Amino acid sequence: MLKISTAPHLNAPQSTQSIMRDVIIALIPAGIVSVCVFGLSALIVILTSVAGCVAIEYFACKKLLHCPPTTWDLSAIVTGLLLAYNLPAGFPIWMTLIGCLVAVGLTKMTYGGIGKNIFNPALAGRVFLFISFPVEMTTWPRPHLFDFMNTDMQTGATTLGILKHLDAETSATALTHGSTSEQLPDYLNMFIGNIGGSLGEISTLALLLGFIYMLYRKIISWHIPVYYVGTFFVLTSIHWLITQSPQAEILTHLLSGGLMLGAIFMATDYTTSPMSKQGRIIFAVGCGILTYIIRFYSPYPEGVSFAILIMNGFVPLIDKISVPRVFGVRRKQW
Amino acid sequence: MTDKPKTFPIGGIHIDKHKITSHKPIIDAGLPEFVYIPIKQHIGAPAKIMVKIGDKVKVGTLLADADGIVSSDIHSSVSGEVVKIDDIVNVDAYYSTMIVIKVEGDEYEASIDTTPSVIKKITAEKEDIIKIIRSSGIVGMGGAGYPTPIKAAIPEGKKVDTLILNGIECEAYLTADDRLMVEHSEEIVIGAQILAKALGVKNIVIAIDENKPEAIKKMQKASAEYKQISVIVCESKYPQGAEKQLIKTITGREVPSRKLPIDVKCIVQNVGTTFAVYEAVQKHKPLFERIVTVSGDDTAENPQNFRVRVGTPASFLIKKVTKHPSKISKVIFGGAMMGLSAVNMEAPITKLTSGILLFNTKDADKPRDSACIRCARCADICPMGLQPFAIATALRNHNLDDLPKLHTMDCIECGSCSYICPARIPLLDFCKLGKLEVRKSLKK
Repeated sequence: MLKISTAPHLNAPQSTQSIMRDVIIALIPAGIVSVCVFGLSALIVILTSVAGCVAIEYFACKKLLHCPPTTWDLSAIVTGLLLAYNLPAGFPIWMTLIGCLVAVGLTKMTYGGIGKNIFNPALAGRVFLFISFPVEMTTWPRPHLFDFMNTDMQTGATTLGILKHLDAETSATALTHGSTSEQLPDYLNMFIGNIGGSLGEISTLALLLGFIYMLYRKIISWHIPVYYVGTFFVLTSIHWLITQSPQAEILTHLLSGGLMLGAIFMATDYTTSPMSKQGRIIFAVGCGILTYIIRFYSPYPEGVSFAILIMNGFVPLIDKISVPRVFGVRRKQW
Repeated sequence: MTDKPKTFPIGGIHIDKHKITSHKPIIDAGLPEFVYIPIKQHIGAPAKIMVKIGDKVKVGTLLADADGIVSSDIHSSVSGEVVKIDDIVNVDAYYSTMIVIKVEGDEYEASIDTTPSVIKKITAEKEDIIKIIRSSGIVGMGGAGYPTPIKAAIPEGKKVDTLILNGIECEAYLTADDRLMVEHSEEIVIGAQILAKALGVKNIVIAIDENKPEAIKKMQKASAEYKQISVIVCESKYPQGAEKQLIKTITGREVPSRKLPIDVKCIVQNVGTTFAVYEAVQKHKPLFERIVTVSGDDTAENPQNFRVRVGTPASFLIKKVTKHPSKISKVIFGGAMMGLSAVNMEAPITKLTSGILLFNTKDADKPRDSACIRCARCADICPMGLQPFAIATALRNHNLDDLPKLHTMDCIECGSCSYICPARIPLLDFCKLGKLEVRKSLKK
């Protein structure tokens, strides 16, 4: 007996599972840096978060949705990693698990699982924790490069936290003489990640490596990260040119905080970003503008999670207005 | 040719080409015991049967006559006796009327010139050419099966300035057109001039994709002495050989939605069809044989390009390329992207069968589909700029009114969307279903 099927009889090598696997590989460098900088306490957060997300997805499939578990598409691991990367080292285990519950349970599975959620699960989990446990979420252990058993729970501020509280008069001294209690790290440390902050966001170098890997494997296109960071760069530069404020010090903004992690790994999430090239550009520019507004005109030093979550909400609308041009049809009617 | 290969601007995919047989010369497949000749091997009405059981026929004898303009003549591909005229299960599992001939010897109709000489001088007049093409049963051999005489004459009020020869074989595995261009470049160039004469156009473009360096060289050499013929190299991207994409690539003109190539002053003919036109006009040979690639990765020990008589059962060819047919678990008529999966190996080769592909069990199985992850690959690669995921969603949610707005009817059914989907959603099936729904609603 011959097997029959409809055309085409070939399939591209990439599957959902292989895509998720590649994203996980792209996330590994940032994880390694976080463990190098914060020691075991970082590893514990990562493992808890991944295990929590996978377990919650498994039970949601089995007990609530009564469908075959989608564990093997590996997307829960990606969510778990991204959630962990948005938490500070030494974050309490039970709080991490609550984050997992909000991320996978509430944001992803209640909508029907992979591909159906409106908001980025990891970001929703992070914002929930941020609002519920503001103290724990802003307790940043100091970086101790290669001190793996570091138990010194002395905490400091994140780079953007320092930047936020600089003002124009004291800035010059703050940067050069360290007259304030906290000092901005130098660019090299910011680039390799030897700074305070959430696990995954500290090392721009590691995130860029992941970005290059995903581009090489054709997992994402360059549009969202470049337009996102580009928009933010332009707005912050204009702000700096007009005000000369040290708070608008552009390199510090690019190299620290969640911008790179958000632009490369969160804003590019397939499910919560638009489907057309044009739409993705609108989305990324929107993220850039919102990040700028929140970082400069709100009490928060960080704006990436809120910016992306807000733009996630606009995705259905963007999808409606950014339909690609059909071959042989002149664009007129939208 | 130092120019960068040309291509179309929207979408497209790069598939693994599996062109295993590109260096295998065309060989004669020989004669089977019986041939099964369907009376419908084209778009349009089935031909009217002109023979009865017991009739003796020769190679090239008219078996069935075209029934109207959109139809085509069917000729005998062998000499022998008509033993059966019946409805027989065809490749697609549907019954179709076939004329079964028991092969006896190999005697050609006297009018057919069987000498190997190439006749360059075109003596036939414009009207004669179209008549000969019609009476030779020539149809578009790229797969569509549109009767060629309709495309060889220009309807009143239309103008054509470019004849494009489609030498692009962008499908996986197939090398039939490739080999034809390598071995019969001169005949194809003459065939092109015959078609140009019938159309009254000067400018002829031969489009070949870049993965056929030998064919490009041969066609350039054969057309060198003619100023009006140019060879253009295209990128080997899928679906580069699709008519609308090819016209856009060559001329920059975009065939408007729901319109025909002639509306942008172009006519596209497959190189196989052009070769058949040469043979019909210069050698008085009707279309009763074609080149068929029989290939497979590990299922065919000896993949080949065969010259095959129409009506030859696929099993006859399969036996020639493998000693272990038990390994075969899927047989595809045509290319791996658009081909038809056969229900049985006995189905006959027709004028449109460009290849027989043999898949093993592993390749035959289609992976299970999972949820759409909104990666948008289907929309990114659709050569028509459609959004297959949206068409699938509209059908799943029964929003049938959305289908025309999504330009479902513009789908060229190339299958790129199903190919690329990481969740393995059969998007092409949804698009085809969507087209049916749109047609249904138009009839209401």
